[in-house]
Amino acid sequence: MDKTLSRFLRIALYVILVGTALMFILPVYVMVVNSLKPLDEIRSGNLMSLPMEWTLAPWRSAWSTAQIGVQATGLKPYFVNSFLLVIPAVVLSTLIGALNGYILTQFKMRFAHALFAAMLFSVFIPFQIVLIPMAKTLGFLGLAGTVKGLIFVNVVYGIGFTTLFFRNYYAAFPTELIRSARMDGANFFGVLLRILLPNSAPIIVVTVIWQFTNIWNEFLFGASFSDYTSFPLTVALNNLVSSSTGVKEYNVHFAGAFIAAIPTLIVYLVSGKYFVRGLMAGSVKG
Amino acid sequence: MKAGFLPKLLIAPSALLVLVCVYGYIMFTIYLSFTASTLMPQYEWVGTANYVRLMGLENWSVALSNLWVFASLYIVIAMALGLTLAILIDQKVRAESGLRSVFLYPMALSFIVTGTAWKWLLDPGVGLEHTMQTLGWSNFTFGWIKDSDMAIYCVVIAAVWQTTGFVMAMFLAGLRGVDSEQINAARLDGAKSWQIYQRIIIPQLGPVFISAFVILAHMAIKSYDLVIALTNGGPGRSTWLPSVFMYQYTFTRNEMAVGAASSVLMLVAIGVVVLPYLYGEMRKVKNG
Repeated sequence: MDKTLSRFLRIALYVILVGTALMFILPVYVMVVNSLKPLDEIRSGNLMSLPMEWTLAPWRSAWSTAQIGVQATGLKPYFVNSFLLVIPAVVLSTLIGALNGYILTQFKMRFAHALFAAMLFSVFIPFQIVLIPMAKTLGFLGLAGTVKGLIFVNVVYGIGFTTLFFRNYYAAFPTELIRSARMDGANFFGVLLRILLPNSAPIIVVTVIWQFTNIWNEFLFGASFSDYTSFPLTVALNNLVSSSTGVKEYNVHFAGAFIAAIPTLIVYLVSGKYFVRGLMAGSVKG
Repeated sequence: MKAGFLPKLLIAPSALLVLVCVYGYIMFTIYLSFTASTLMPQYEWVGTANYVRLMGLENWSVALSNLWVFASLYIVIAMALGLTLAILIDQKVRAESGLRSVFLYPMALSFIVTGTAWKWLLDPGVGLEHTMQTLGWSNFTFGWIKDSDMAIYCVVIAAVWQTTGFVMAMFLAGLRGVDSEQINAARLDGAKSWQIYQRIIIPQLGPVFISAFVILAHMAIKSYDLVIALTNGGPGRSTWLPSVFMYQYTFTRNEMAVGAASSVLMLVAIGVVVLPYLYGEMRKVKNG
């Protein structure tokens, strides 16, 4: 190929890639920059420019004083709710997934395939189809409008994902290791606790990232099954942004949106490689 | 090893939860869709009346046609962009991992955050339109989000932004898995890069196209959060999707049976897309 032409193509390639990358960064750039401006500067200036007057007031307001429900508490209590929800839900669903993956791959059982298929399909169902009976169940159990109820819901509908992840991982696990452990007299829990789990770091990381992101970002269950005391952060943010009457405080909304994004962005930055793997695993590429 | 009592006992709670809370609830919702339930569940059987009523509702046909527009554009654009980005990034570019990270990070965000960010970007009063005007293009207009004929395209934009990186990652994994011998042979025969992609690489990506399609299609049918945060279904009902319809009818309009019927149809739509795919995947699992 002609040398100038190939150089030209190379430059065009970079221009396209960098241009696209800038477009991908734009929304978060806009979010951050405008969360640091006074409101009148947003109205009179433009969204792309840096603040002329830097201020943290919108962040303080989004965090601790913005009107979200009946009370002007800011996002803080809901941020706490989300953590109170996410941590137990992630731990429980990951443990259940590991146990199921172990049982489904190491033991011959009738209906094991049918059970796995049933769990796999549950990953795809539109959750609208379970909203009404789940609302009744939570009411019956006295868990409606509580963080505990949300933990229950997220664990139940996370079982499919976590079982899928661990099942695929353990299916490829060297059987000699397990067999020799059995010869040495390891029982059911011995194999799981001393052989499988210590060698499961990669899949545990993937599962935890996947579940953390999914449950942190979850909205439909939160909107359906929680109340003012138990809203997760996504629901609180949506209330902050959509229900405010009077002057729209864009800068506070931007700050709020970024606050809601921080935990999963950190997870993404810290564990980017595993995050991608988690996404791929979630796409049922077995 | 044959499962003894303990493994069976320990998998039983999961099996029970999935059978009850997934399949039992599905049956319950299907049953409700044949009853006269309004504010609360009722158990008086009314046959297919709710489905007949659903089909006749303009809100439902609007939601369906919106879904059609949204899903087809979203799937086609996200796949085309994802594949293009994957091919571009596959040209041994510098800073590949940095670029990949940038394209992928939106996937880490909640649809509520994405919706909020794009809501203001697309808002003519403060967003792109306003920005371009303050920069001097006083005739620049971009008011799609306030225009009931165009608002659904705003949902497409935000959804594409959120998932294109993921599709790119899938295609990139596929590209890297293509047999390199064939490519080298073709290169020796003097084939140009674009010919190699066109004739050898892309045809081998069939399974990735199918996976990406299934995932995007099921996400499109489930889409709810993004619409709520971005447009809340408006202006009017111009961005209603079946998911919005279901929530509205079940929880705010006290027509639970009609809402249930709409969710049954959502499940059927997803089943049509996902079940053949899962069937294929399960066969692969069984055949090891």
